[in-house]
Amino acid sequence: MTARIERPLSPHLQTYRWTLTMALSIVHRATGMALYVGTLLLAWWLIAAASGPSAYANLQAFTGSFIGKLIVFGYTWALMHHLLSGIRHFVWDLGYGFKANEREALTWAALIGGIVLTVLIWIIAYAIGGGR
Amino acid sequence: MSGSPSSMRTPLGRVRNLGASHSGTTDFWRQRLTGVAMTLLIVPVLVVILTLVGRNHAAAAQILGSLPIAIILLLFIIASTWHMKIGMQVVIEDYVHNETLKLVSIMANNFFCFVVALASIYALLKLSSGV
Repeated sequence: MTARIERPLSPHLQTYRWTLTMALSIVHRATGMALYVGTLLLAWWLIAAASGPSAYANLQAFTGSFIGKLIVFGYTWALMHHLLSGIRHFVWDLGYGFKANEREALTWAALIGGIVLTVLIWIIAYAIGGGR
Repeated sequence: MSGSPSSMRTPLGRVRNLGASHSGTTDFWRQRLTGVAMTLLIVPVLVVILTLVGRNHAAAAQILGSLPIAIILLLFIIASTWHMKIGMQVVIEDYVHNETLKLVSIMANNFFCFVVALASIYALLKLSSGV
């Protein structure tokens, strides 16, 4: 083993003043974790469709219930937010958008855009599915 | 050059070739690759899901079994399960410091993502074959 060198340590999270990009970095990770678990719902949906009418009815009973709708709504937001926040990361990966005002603008766009898209998708879903 | 004890360089900073993981930036690249793939696929995937809202089993099974829709969903499932496997591994490596627990967690992560992927793919193929 190499001898350990005493290097200065950077302070941990609580030392810093909270910034929007910092908070949204955590939200990006949290929505990623939520979507990870949420894929079970996607898998359940496909398996139920492949299994038959009664399995599919069970799924629809769940997604139609209050708690089911709440989970699918949360999943929609997590997906839309993670998508836009991820596109923001692609912009940074390409080397753009690092100025203070640009960082903030991109982050606000991901936050607001995620909520807008979620509401829009649910309006469309109700417009389409409401009549069935 | 950088080996003297007074150097501020970390052992990681001096690592050669592909580094301690022996895979270099493969995961970093694949995470971007699958992310871009899902960004391209999200609109068709949302259209498929919205088309199925409120439909009964017979209609859903027929739509999911049609060729272009099954292919769109298959691509999305492969990209997303791969993406989430890499993402969860990063989180595990960040927060789980016990070596054994880390190994077990990474293995469980691989199993989970593989099972979700395979189950979804099998279901879609079954719907496509109409059995």
